[in-house]
Amino acid sequence: MKILVAVKRVVDANIKVRVLADETGIDMNDTKMALNPFCEIAVEEAIRLKESGSASEVIVVSIGTEKSQEQLRTALALGADRAILLQTNEIMEPLSVAKLLAKLVQEEQPELVILGKQSIDSDNNQTAQMLAALTGRPQGTFISQLSVDDCEIHITREVDNGLQKLSLQLPAVVSADLRLNEPRFASLPSIMKAKRKPIDRRSAEDFGIDLSPRIKHLKITTPEERKSGQLVTSVTELVAKLKLEAEVI
Amino acid sequence: MSILVIVEHQQQTLDPATLSTITAAQQIGGKIDLLICGENISSVANQAAKIEGINQLLVAEHACYKDQLAENTCKLLFPLAENYTHIFAAATTWGKNLLPRLAALLDVPQLSEIIQVIDANTFVRPIYAGNALATVQLEETTILATVRTTAFDAVQFGDNQAVTVDLDDVYENDFSRFIADDLSNSERPELTAACIVISGGRGMGSGDNFSLLNNVADKLGAAVGASRAAVDAGFAANDMQVGQTGKIVAPELYIAVGISGAIQHLAGMKDSKVIVAINQDPDAPIFQVADYGLVSDLFESLPQLEQLL
Repeated sequence: MKILVAVKRVVDANIKVRVLADETGIDMNDTKMALNPFCEIAVEEAIRLKESGSASEVIVVSIGTEKSQEQLRTALALGADRAILLQTNEIMEPLSVAKLLAKLVQEEQPELVILGKQSIDSDNNQTAQMLAALTGRPQGTFISQLSVDDCEIHITREVDNGLQKLSLQLPAVVSADLRLNEPRFASLPSIMKAKRKPIDRRSAEDFGIDLSPRIKHLKITTPEERKSGQLVTSVTELVAKLKLEAEVI
Repeated sequence: MSILVIVEHQQQTLDPATLSTITAAQQIGGKIDLLICGENISSVANQAAKIEGINQLLVAEHACYKDQLAENTCKLLFPLAENYTHIFAAATTWGKNLLPRLAALLDVPQLSEIIQVIDANTFVRPIYAGNALATVQLEETTILATVRTTAFDAVQFGDNQAVTVDLDDVYENDFSRFIADDLSNSERPELTAACIVISGGRGMGSGDNFSLLNNVADKLGAAVGASRAAVDAGFAANDMQVGQTGKIVAPELYIAVGISGAIQHLAGMKDSKVIVAINQDPDAPIFQVADYGLVSDLFESLPQLEQLL
């Protein structure tokens, strides 16, 4: 079984971003970038499937500028076999990403596509669902468990009121939630080895898809900050304040 | 304007998330229709028909929609879309699973988690874990959006009797099968609907220690939540997770216990009306958003709190 995993370069999860004063976007100067955490979980799952003998090849793809090759190298160091970088300077909306990935699915014919459920920058949570629609395949979103069984996969989904178990016919598209696995740290030898693994660079514009954004960003603003509160010294004082001052209990 | 709101329900009960979604739709103005699909949904359909201001209720009742999976539900929705300028669903796991699939079939973009309606084409949505707000505009034949329910009040049930239209299109689901649900059976209120939420973080130390929170929650009639760190550590189930990639809550009172206040957690609770933080570390970032902070050992303060309530 061949697995395709798509990964995104995003601002590091521990960084609190700053909005530009002219409200046109986020200050990206010298901002630490990283592999989107959910994409990392997706890569880890694909590699585990390969290690357990369920998968034969793990291909990672990223869409973006040349800099996204850093995240592809990270994925290769974790154990992916080869990488594809679809280069573009456009701001990619989920629908465009899904259309490009659908083209790659057509070319590569993977039985399973694993994506992260959401990127922590644009917080959309759409691409896997869109890709499943465009390729006419079943979708397993927000999964915390995955097992392969011949021409089917069995998945557990994290839903609002608990867990849901489904079986999907392959080929299928799934999106990784937090508890699917805990990604490994790449060892130094595997980081070195990853430098020799191939990255196939292609232009995203060559796929004959209109990639121009359809959602116009009028402005990006900073949300209202909460006013700083007060420290209380005891539980008794806390309860009194909640009763008499805040009147919430 | 004509707006379709997709109704979320648990067979017998209408999900309150839908009521907030309808409020968002009302802010656009125009005719609002509801779509309900499932099996044995007559009681939910009756409830929905009573909601103030609803024009039509589209009901697709058939065994094939019982599990409400996205694959065939989207096939049902696809031909309906051309009748609407907007299609909204709640930004729940169900809505988020469904709507992007429909958007791709229709070849339109989708907006996730809108928190404000400016006009029929302009909306505000949080990005970067709510550390920035994007005002976005789009011109599409049909605008699809999921609605963050904490940002809109619930619409009221009234004496309305909306016209019901039965849809008899049957789309079987050919390639995904429902196997089982493993739903949490808590006596406590649901996290996203609770007036008071008390959450525990890594500082709780273990899953067993969550009983300290449960005791306080029972006194307050509160829901119990957890930070991602606590879920990661295996102290709490994922459906208890409050944060950027978990549940978004905005109760009257939010009590954060042993939670440091990582960006991703703040994203899920910073719109709460009153925030209380109990943490041993006076430098924990959670104190920066708290209305009332108590620097103390939670293993002493939680039992005291339980006693005083």
